[in-house]
This record gives sequence, C-alpha cells and structure tokens, in this order.
Amino acid sequence: MGLSLELAQISKTYNGHEVLQECSWTFEPGLTHVIMGPNGTGKSTLLRICALLEVPDRGRVNFLAGGLPLAPDLALKRRLTLVLPGVGVFNTSVFHNVAYGLKIRGIGSREIEERVGAILETVGLAAKRRQRALDLSTGQSKRLGLARAMVIDPEVLLLDEPTASIDQENSEIIEGIINKIKAERKATIIMVTHDPIQAERLADRLLIMKEGSLLPG
Amino acid sequence: MEGVRAGGPYPLPQTPSPIPYSGLSHVDTILQGFISAFKLILALDPELLKIIWLSLQVSGGALLLAILLGLPLGALMALRRLPLRGLILSILNTGMGLPPVVVGLVLYLLLSRSGPLGFMSLLYTPGAMIIAQFILAFPIVTSLAHTAIVNVNPIIRQAARVLGANPWQEALTVIREARYGIITGGIAGLGRVTAEVGSVIIVGGNIAGYTRVITTTIALETDKGNFDLAIALGIILLGLSLLINLALRAIQRLGRTSSGVILWD
Ligand SMILES: Nc1ncnc2c1ncn2[C@@H]1O[C@H](COP(=O)(O)OP(=O)(O)OP(=O)(O)O)[C@@H](O)[C@H]1O
Ligand SMILES: [Mg+2]
Repeated sequence: MGLSLELAQISKTYNGHEVLQECSWTFEPGLTHVIMGPNGTGKSTLLRICALLEVPDRGRVNFLAGGLPLAPDLALKRRLTLVLPGVGVFNTSVFHNVAYGLKIRGIGSREIEERVGAILETVGLAAKRRQRALDLSTGQSKRLGLARAMVIDPEVLLLDEPTASIDQENSEIIEGIINKIKAERKATIIMVTHDPIQAERLADRLLIMKEGSLLPG
Repeated sequence: MEGVRAGGPYPLPQTPSPIPYSGLSHVDTILQGFISAFKLILALDPELLKIIWLSLQVSGGALLLAILLGLPLGALMALRRLPLRGLILSILNTGMGLPPVVVGLVLYLLLSRSGPLGFMSLLYTPGAMIIAQFILAFPIVTSLAHTAIVNVNPIIRQAARVLGANPWQEALTVIREARYGIITGGIAGLGRVTAEVGSVIIVGGNIAGYTRVITTTIALETDKGNFDLAIALGIILLGLSLLINLALRAIQRLGRTSSGVILWD
C-alpha cells in the first residue's frame, strides 16, 4: 500500500510574486505523475514543498497511508526523497555519496556495503565507486543522484528534471531506472520534465503547471 | 659593519659572552654561530629539545582550545540565525590583527597577583602562555571556519535534508563539506602563534626550563650575544614555518583540485 500525497490550496510567494496560487492536487499511490510547463512557473518550487524542504505560505501538504494522514515528522520525511536538479554531490567518494542515506539511518556497514554495491551496478557506476564524486560527468552525477535516492527505498520519489542535459543513451538508462523503482517499489513518483516524448513514455498521469496551478494534461 | 648583527634593536651585551666577538668581524660571529647551531641540532641538545617541545605544547594546546571553541561558534554563526552575529564577526576580524604584545599586556594585568584573576596563580606558567596564544588563534580559527561553512553551496544542505538527515546530521554534513577551509583556518592559526613572541614573553616570563619557548629564547639569547642557541632555534622555527606553509598549500590543493584523494570518509 503506497503513500498518496494531497496538496490542498497551496500558495507560495517570492518577492511579491505569487508563484503558486491555491494549487491543489492528489497524487495517487504507486503511479507516476509527470509535470510539464514553461520555465519559471513553479514546478521546482512545488517539488520542494512536496519534499517538505519548504513550507507553503498558505495551504496544506498531506501524506496519506490508506486514507489516513501522517504527521510530517522525521519518520515521514525518511519515507520520501527528492532528486534535486543540481544533485548536490557531496565531496567524498561515489560509494560514500550513495551510502549517505543509509548511514544517517544507522544501518550497519555490511548491509550498506551490499545495498550500495547493488545500486551502483544498476546505475552503471560500479567501476567508479572509489572515485571522487565531484569528478563525475554531468550524466554520471545525475545517475549518482538517482542512486542516492534509490538506495533508501523511498515510498514517494520526487524527480526534478532527472534527464536535463543528458544524452539519449543515458536518458534511456535513467528512464529504465525510474521504471524499475516504480515496478519494484510501487513508489508514488512525481517527476518534472521538459521532454514531451519522455513524459508520454513514463506518465500514468500527465499534468501541466500553468499560472500557479496544476491542470490535467 | 654596524647593523649586520642579528639582534635587531637590542644593545650589544656588556657582559662577557660565550663567543669572543671582540676580535672577530660580525660575519665571522654569525658564521661561527651557524656552525655551533648545526652542532646543537645534530647532537639533539637536551636544552634545545626541551625548548622545542614546550613550544609545540603551548602552541598546540592553544590551537586545540581555539578549534574546540572556535569551530562550534563559527558553525553556529554560519548555520543558525545568531543574534549579534554581525557584531561578533566584526570583533573576530579585529581580533585577527591583534598585536601579540597588547594581548600579553592585558593578560598580564588580569593574571598578576593584584589583578582580577590573580587568585589563579597562572602568571609565569605555561598555562598563561596557552591562554595568550589561544586569544591570538581563536579569531582566525573561528572566522575562517565561519567563512568556509557559509560558503558551502546551499544545495548540500538540501541534499542532506531530502536524504533524511535530522538537523544535527544536516549541520555535520555541511561542516564536513567545509573541512578543507576549516583545516586551513587551523593551520593559519598555528602559523600565527608559533611565530609570535610578544605575548608569551610577557605572561610566561621566559623562565629557563619552565616557560622558555623557541621565540622567547631567541630574543633572550640574542640579547646576551649567545648566538649559537639563538641561530639553532631560528633555523628550527623557520623549518616549522615552512612545514606549516607546505601543509597549508597541500590542504588548499586537496580542496580545490581533483587529486582523487578524499579526506575523511
Ligand atoms: N528561493 C527563491 N527565492 C526567490 N525566488 C524564487 C525562489 N525559488 C523560486 N523562485 C522564483 O519562483 C519562480 C518559479 O521558480 P521555479 O524554480 O519553481 O520554476 P520552474 O517551473 O521549476 O522553472 P524551470 O522550468 O526553469 O525549472 C521563478 O520566478 C523563480 O524566480
Ligand atoms: Mg525547475
């Protein structure tokens, strides 16, 4: 039973400009929702609010399990994650970047070794595990970001332009990984992209961000 | 040949000195001093070793204290909204340029028998010297730690948070990203205190075998015309400075370039 995410009349204003205007939507458990829309319409802002990184000025964000709302505490935050468009690579090895989410959850080193090793295989970074993560190429960094998110087995996975500035082949690898998470984890996925063909391929639900609100696409 | 003498403003000694310079030129005196200095160093002269060891203990202790107190303060100012942060930063920046003699003087007045802290009987002890050098190192360590942590890309903090870090883990993650800058501050602080003489000579009193460190010994022995020990210590001090600077460069290179070397996993 996956988590659903309910946005109730979210508003967010930056410097007097209302980016999100009473935006409401229910993201359904286990489905992939793809959000499209022009630059600067608030897609990233919306994802940060969903990830509980930012609080809206008005409105509510509710996570529901079997119809029951969950308290927005650390335990809930650890069931979801956001892959940031800029990834935010830590200045350490590839291995330790991926191990991060497990270490802070107090998971033992043997299990970390196993799980990180498996994920690195999946994203094709196994050969780079000892390398300094800041030395990875853009596409490899994006895959690292995905690996870091995958390893913690999120029930809600938020993806902000995971294939932006990535070549065709690597985009396909990343899409494959997203599909795998969906199939294996039954995770609720919300993804922002500017690629309509990719949106078509991945989306169970297609949404458009327009004038501060989400509309069915 | 006046002015060649390596003593600076100190007057020529009137008392008989170990080196009979009267019949020799100053250049010969210095040369002879160098030869004797190398002999002292090579022989691992116990007096020399004792002075070096105390220097390392005093400066190392001061640095340790400065890091223990300065890193948390720098981190707190960088990561949380601290009241009076601007004022504290201004005070720290002023402190980075504090003349050591002034620190020595003020600390002397505080620690002297009739001073407000006189009851602690710290004057003319290594403890007083550590406090003095701590005061000199603290602003550098704190200010550079603050700068390093403030300059960590905000996305690191967001990444830590979305991966499930609690507030403590989030702070530690950001601090760890700043580690090269923080270490740079520590080394800069060490460089400042190992080379200074003004504060430790006032609050330490330069007591033989007790509070005599490299810099104060150089000042005293030069004054006495006893150049071989002074030169030997001068060489060692330069060597220490060189080591500190090499360490600084190495850390800055590590932080900046993709050398593949990773500090602290
Ligand atoms: N932290 C912030 N401070 C000030 N303004 C912000 C901030 N974050 C976003 N904005 C503003 O909010 C608006 C929406 O930004 P957002 O990044 O959400 O757009 P987006 O839909 O993701 O655009 P893109 O397709 O270019 O990624 C922009 O006008 C942006 O300048
Ligand atoms: Mg965006």
